[in-house]
Amino acid sequence: MQEISLNILDVAQNSVSAGAGLIEIGVEEDHSADRLTVVIRDNGCGMTPEQVKKVTDPFYTTRTTRKVGLGVPLFKMAAEMTGGSFSIASQPGVGTTVTAVFVPSHVDCMPMGDITSTVCSLIQCNPDRDFCYTYSCDGRGFAADTRQFRQVLEGVPLNAPEVITFISEFITENTSEVQAPHT
Amino acid sequence: MKSLAELQALRDQMKSKVGIREDENDNIRVVVGMATCGIAAGARPVLAAFTEEVAKRNLKNVTVAQTGCIGICQYEPVVEVFEPGKEKVTYVKMTADKVARIVSDHLVNGSPVTEYTIGAVNK
Repeated sequence: MQEISLNILDVAQNSVSAGAGLIEIGVEEDHSADRLTVVIRDNGCGMTPEQVKKVTDPFYTTRTTRKVGLGVPLFKMAAEMTGGSFSIASQPGVGTTVTAVFVPSHVDCMPMGDITSTVCSLIQCNPDRDFCYTYSCDGRGFAADTRQFRQVLEGVPLNAPEVITFISEFITENTSEVQAPHT
Repeated sequence: MKSLAELQALRDQMKSKVGIREDENDNIRVVVGMATCGIAAGARPVLAAFTEEVAKRNLKNVTVAQTGCIGICQYEPVVEVFEPGKEKVTYVKMTADKVARIVSDHLVNGSPVTEYTIGAVNK
């Protein structure tokens, strides 16, 4: 995994497998504190305390095709390698929240990469779920919320190519605006 | 700047387009493996390339979807093509630049690109 955005794509899929109806992905950049925080929160089936302990073990997985589950362990390693932190809070029947904190100035911090592509792939492949992507940079932020988009679309499918293109441009433009606002 | 107002305009534009919705069950399904192995191997751009190509050519009979681990991780990115009545075709070690040819030769003209399939690799 070469990009943080690929780790996010991967771990957010777990939320989809957990049956979540709403998956919130938050990316927060704080340059003065030298921190990049990623939060993936879902309202899926959740995990028991025993499962939470095991999930960071690469040899633990709920899938049947292989005996390893690398998504969570790789994400944890990516964050901790930079001197950051990683934690999972979960409750069966309620949901799971994964929090990864990165230290961007650290030489081992991988780039965020194409987060727009990650969010669009998630929306496109899971049109029956809702995603709320929030990005904030030094206090300025925006949200791309499929619940809002659905309301406006009035039945036009979220995964229609024209809609996905719109969402992609929406995220890209708002991200640039937040990072370097017009005075 | 993209806004919800623009989305409203897009909605109105799309609703006015008179299109016969093809029955999704007869569609050709293009399934891209998107488990950790797939993502790490580069499946995201492959998925994006298929979506773009299908949209560009306006292929109403093709559905692009994703799946989890298929079990042949060393061959990721893997793309499986399911066509009703035909045998499944498994493309392995996919890259975004192989997509255009698969869409044109296989999806449009009905002739799978054998050199990209798992059969070719095993020789």
